[in-house]
Amino acid sequence: MRRKLKTLLQHPSGFVGFVLLAAILIMAASAGTLYPEGPWPMDGTPTLWPGEEPAYLLGTDAMGRDLLAGLLYGARVSLAIGLAATAVALLVGVTVGAFAGYHGGLIDDALMRFTDAMQTIPSFLFAVVIVGVLTPSLLTIICSIALVSWPTVARLVRAEFLRLRSMDFVLACRTMGMSDVRIIFRQILPNCVAPIIVASSVLVATAIIIEASLSFLGLGDPNAMSWGTMIGAARPSLRTAWYMTLVPAAAVVATVLALNLIGDALNDAFNPRRRER
Amino acid sequence: MSGSPALSYFVRRLSQAVLVMFVVVLGNFLLIQLAPGDLVDVLGGTTDLSPEQALALRQRYGLDQPLWMQFLHYAGNLLHFDLGFSPRQGAPVVNVLLERLPTTLALVFLSLFLSVAIGTAVGVLAARRAGTLADFGLSLVVLLFYATPSFIIALLLILGFSVYLPWLPSAGLSTPGMDLEGFAKLSDIGRHFILPVIALSTFYTAIYGRLSRAAMLEVLSQDFIRTARAKGVPERGLLWRHALRNALMPIVTMAGLQVSSLLGGAVLIETVFGLPGIGRTAFDAVMERDTNMLLGVLFMSSLGVVCVNLLVDLLYRLVDPRVELA
Repeated sequence: MRRKLKTLLQHPSGFVGFVLLAAILIMAASAGTLYPEGPWPMDGTPTLWPGEEPAYLLGTDAMGRDLLAGLLYGARVSLAIGLAATAVALLVGVTVGAFAGYHGGLIDDALMRFTDAMQTIPSFLFAVVIVGVLTPSLLTIICSIALVSWPTVARLVRAEFLRLRSMDFVLACRTMGMSDVRIIFRQILPNCVAPIIVASSVLVATAIIIEASLSFLGLGDPNAMSWGTMIGAARPSLRTAWYMTLVPAAAVVATVLALNLIGDALNDAFNPRRRER
Repeated sequence: MSGSPALSYFVRRLSQAVLVMFVVVLGNFLLIQLAPGDLVDVLGGTTDLSPEQALALRQRYGLDQPLWMQFLHYAGNLLHFDLGFSPRQGAPVVNVLLERLPTTLALVFLSLFLSVAIGTAVGVLAARRAGTLADFGLSLVVLLFYATPSFIIALLLILGFSVYLPWLPSAGLSTPGMDLEGFAKLSDIGRHFILPVIALSTFYTAIYGRLSRAAMLEVLSQDFIRTARAKGVPERGLLWRHALRNALMPIVTMAGLQVSSLLGGAVLIETVFGLPGIGRTAFDAVMERDTNMLLGVLFMSSLGVVCVNLLVDLLYRLVDPRVELA
């Protein structure tokens, strides 16, 4: 395990990713200490450019709210939603995909029909409908993201299982009388860990993007200051005060970038064959 | 392979597609039922309705019927493509959607085409030069695009190419007040599509770039490539014919899934650029609680994706004959 960690930190993109993510974690952690009043008070001069006044390092928005405070609190929202939604999506997706791919036949049919149906609905549109219908809150946003994300995992895992289940080692396990559950989780699943890991890095990143997009459209949790909310609020001033858009946008990009870089590094660490290149 | 297994396979997939559509319709319908308040409450929001007027309106739109009757009625109507009436738009839903569909289709398929073409090319080139500075540079650009949500790209494009360099229009489908005909009209519409298509496709370009690079590297490490190389197959043919064909599988899978995702992305892009497509319509419908319209958009989009999934299943067989007809 320690060697894995060392490999990760020596990996150049993994290192950059971890540094970026650490910075974002520090931002999220320090939000409460630096700005105990939260991101909402409109006590600054509206439309201050970054650096114009030392008290507002990154400037203020059109309503006089401190952009740095919003940035720090937004980090909390993005990370929390991204992780929670991905955990749920992975749990559902891996289970469904593994059983469908391994068993085939009726079980596969039933599970994949359901997966198909869920995936047929354009995911972001579906998320917009769910959040819009059930009113925006952290819970509905997390649920909607998990609900639109798990089919991707299920299909990926199923495809891997379909490919692997007719291989000799699985046949050998079956001949030895190993139970199906054991073959699925102890024999086949470890063989598709790499694609699942790459997929989950994509999933957290996607979850953060969906959250930002929802709140950009005005479908964010009204009690949570989110990067997407900030970008949405800055839209009318895009032509004159683009820094209001750029500051939270850079935060979204940096976070997603960090997660992708870490995902790549994880992939290389778990897949030594690729690292040798 | 004889014709009949393929035919029965196709028939089977088709019946499954119908089943999927039923689940989609049922799910959509139930979800909309969870919405607090109904259409009449929304209409009453703008005009003050007496209880009698409200009752009359509910009867007119069938909202006084039991839920399963409403669903059967809705599903029955769908069978002859009647998606209901939108009181907000003052027109049948299907008319509104069909009128706006071409805009969305153009946006989605132009973006898909652009992203597959550029993404695959970038991925193959990067894989060929794996480990070099060029690979690093390409991968860096791809990573940045991959990390940037489409609506942020859209805002940056507007800022760059509409505000600071006033080259391209940033809103609408055509220049207002210009009475253009023929080719001039077409090129005007085309100019309005440039920024939205780029904004929607960058993320997917990055996906195909990453995916095809990874798939190519995987394939290039296999024995048959070494054999081909040993036999003296030229490097270019090796790359584009031998390796790419075997790396196509994940790309085809992704392209099939992406149509659904692109339709979702169209909601954002059409909203940012003020394009009158069905994505924008869906967003407005959520905001206005226009139930019929929302169900209509979800139905139409889902139907489109079902068709694409069927096509992808067939493409699988062409790309990789080893896939069993399951």
